[in-house]
Amino acid sequence: MTESTSAFPMYRALVGIGVGCGLLIALVYMGTLPHIERQRAAALEQAVFAVLPGSASRQTFTLGETGGLLMDSASGGSRVHAGYDAAGAFVGVAIEAEGMGYADTIEILYGYVPADERIVGLRVLASKETPGLGDKIETDERYRANFTALDVRLDAAGEVLVNPIAVVKPGAKTEAWEIDGITGATISAQAVGNTVAASAARWLPVIRRNLETLAAEGQHDES
Amino acid sequence: MTSPEAPPSSTNEFIKGLWRENPVFVQVLGMCPVLAVSNTAMNALAMGLATAFVLLMSNVLVSLLRDFIPRQVRIASYILIIATFVTLVDYAIEAISLDLHKALGAFISLIVANCLILGRAEAFASKHGVGTAALDALGMGAGFTLALLCLGGVRELLGAGSLFGFAVFPGGFEPWIVMILPSGGFFTLAFWLIAIRIFERRRERRQTAEALQ
Repeated sequence: MTESTSAFPMYRALVGIGVGCGLLIALVYMGTLPHIERQRAAALEQAVFAVLPGSASRQTFTLGETGGLLMDSASGGSRVHAGYDAAGAFVGVAIEAEGMGYADTIEILYGYVPADERIVGLRVLASKETPGLGDKIETDERYRANFTALDVRLDAAGEVLVNPIAVVKPGAKTEAWEIDGITGATISAQAVGNTVAASAARWLPVIRRNLETLAAEGQHDES
Repeated sequence: MTSPEAPPSSTNEFIKGLWRENPVFVQVLGMCPVLAVSNTAMNALAMGLATAFVLLMSNVLVSLLRDFIPRQVRIASYILIIATFVTLVDYAIEAISLDLHKALGAFISLIVANCLILGRAEAFASKHGVGTAALDALGMGAGFTLALLCLGGVRELLGAGSLFGFAVFPGGFEPWIVMILPSGGFFTLAFWLIAIRIFERRRERRQTAEALQ
């Protein structure tokens, strides 16, 4: 009997504090969630518009099981974002990709314009590369210029790249499908190049097959 | 349970955290965030304020509940309270600025494990009234923020040539990249500890000299 009387205050304290804290967390979570979601959407939108010059609205798609693109705004899985200009005409696709860098996974977003068959912009969404060295993938202007007109033509069947994307030594770029590396950030520069190459090889044929779906969505929004 | 507080002693509760018992420079507590996120002045300020908020709220709550929490489960209760406020701060920072949240990364959640906060709850708040506990938390929080700013300011100034993101040095300045890297945190902390130790020793010597006269 003495045991139960001495144990009760402990239960009371732990359960009481637990319930109180749980309620407080739930309240603040519900209060901040709309702000957090708005911030995330704004950050993504900004990145999509930055890698697809000329776009003014976007629509998110995920890859369906049958190889088609499904409209989907829910996060999770690999996503692509179709960008449309002010008149609702299809501009291109911003593609999310990630690959292993020097320190950790590097998450990128790059813009692909099917009409020109070129990659026209790239942004690093998240990386933990070494400051001053590996993070040059975000700050080095010469490296970023690699992704303003990167040749990613598909073959006649639309299944593979005519010229696979290749990362070359700094200053050795001679072809439009090559990426100039960065001195002092060899591994990070190579990693971003490889990530784009792998993602492009996977996504570009899918996008080629679904161009009509992507273009139609912009017109649909307009009506 | 309000203990009578004379103005000088309550001021003392606040001031001690700033200098005499500074959590970073004197007690050398909570080194993980101090070294990890003091690479820029902005990160240091945000981390300092987040820690100070958690410290204040948990100290107040621990002090209020000190008769309600049995001794045997006090550590579990304190951790529960601290973890709650850390979670709240995490949500708040993410709602205010995604970039800041990204820069501070896992270190916001790791405030839970900052021994400064549990230390103050156990050693001070659980034995003092709400007012005194709050003053102690404010002083310690301010001292922690100040120390982080001292590190973050020096590291950003030398490592990036800027302060709070504004360029300070003229264009020709070559940043010391090592200052932004983790090792720069250790160098800067060592520099501050040496400087403060020298200052303190000189003062003590002067005081003993005066006492002898």
